[in-house]
Amino acid sequence: MKKTAADLEQIRKETLKNVELRTGKDGYKIIVGMATCGIAAGARDVFKEAIEKVIEKDLDSVTVGQMGCIGLCSMEPIVEVISPSGEKTRYIKVNKEKIDNIITSHIIDGNVVSEYTSES
Amino acid sequence: MREIALHILDIFYNSLQADSSLIKISIAVDTKKDLMEIKIIDNGKGMKKEFVNNVLDPFTTTRSTRNVGLGLSLFKASTNRCEGDLTIWSKEKVGTIVKAWYKYSHIDRQPLGNMRDTVYIMILTLGENNLIYSIKKDDESFVLDTRKIREEMGDGSPLTSPEIMGEIKMLLEEEEKKINIS
Ligand SMILES: Nc1ncnc2c1ncn2[C@@H]1O[C@H](COP(=O)(O)OP(=O)(O)OP(=O)(O)O)[C@@H](O)[C@H]1O
Ligand SMILES: [Mg+2]
Repeated sequence: MKKTAADLEQIRKETLKNVELRTGKDGYKIIVGMATCGIAAGARDVFKEAIEKVIEKDLDSVTVGQMGCIGLCSMEPIVEVISPSGEKTRYIKVNKEKIDNIITSHIIDGNVVSEYTSES
Repeated sequence: MREIALHILDIFYNSLQADSSLIKISIAVDTKKDLMEIKIIDNGKGMKKEFVNNVLDPFTTTRSTRNVGLGLSLFKASTNRCEGDLTIWSKEKVGTIVKAWYKYSHIDRQPLGNMRDTVYIMILTLGENNLIYSIKKDDESFVLDTRKIREEMGDGSPLTSPEIMGEIKMLLEEEEKKINIS
């Protein structure tokens, strides 16, 4: 059976619910793709860097979580940032340096790093 | 994958995705037998018999975002390059056992890689579930059981609090110094 976009979104939400690290309700969420394609491309190190930066900078309301494959395997590691108001930004081919910049610019200063997004 | 640890992380997510509440991961090296064996055991929803028989075929997947599943077949391929193999046992509503082994001294074997970061991230994504991680080389062994850690804390606070994660990291670092698996 073919799944609709709404179905997929629901599945993703359920996965997310299970892996949230912290209970920051009103903060940004950082979601790292951790399926085979993501892991092979370096998602483990990106995830770890995200956690360490969040702890180091005392970003108490920020949640770091993981998600499965979203079908864009050649663009992994993929990181999605969800703003407190629910706006989603998708970053592609993320590495340690990019996640550092995303945390400083987007999460702390509120400026999307558009050169890392899938639209640019 | 560049490291065996990355295969292990990937297979761990299969278990987590299958609603397992307890996942056991063991790595054992026997230098006399020249053998490295990895087991990932879960109590998740398991697979139907016909499905297990085909699961090492990349075209068997229940994922909806692409029609190939890579995790298990990639892991198996890496063992086959090193006089090893991968087998799967699974039973519906009981769980799944993935067993993989390599000839330890084989020149084509990837390094075990960074199990410290791998286990750290597993624990961060466990949620309410538990992990028993054990690593052994000949007579040296180390076990980390998140159920025990939760018990010792006693107050139901999550494993993901920075203080507890800091301690877990220290434990894993000490283990790495003691048990040297390439
Ligand atoms: N521990 C498990 N318990 C239950 N089902 C499993 C387990 N491991 C694998 N499966 C089933 O086998 C299928 C194939 O697994 P495999 O890891 O090879 O690919 P995938 O997870 O579908 O995709 P990918 O690993 O490429 O992200 C999964 O889709 C899932 O249905
Ligand atoms: Mg998989």
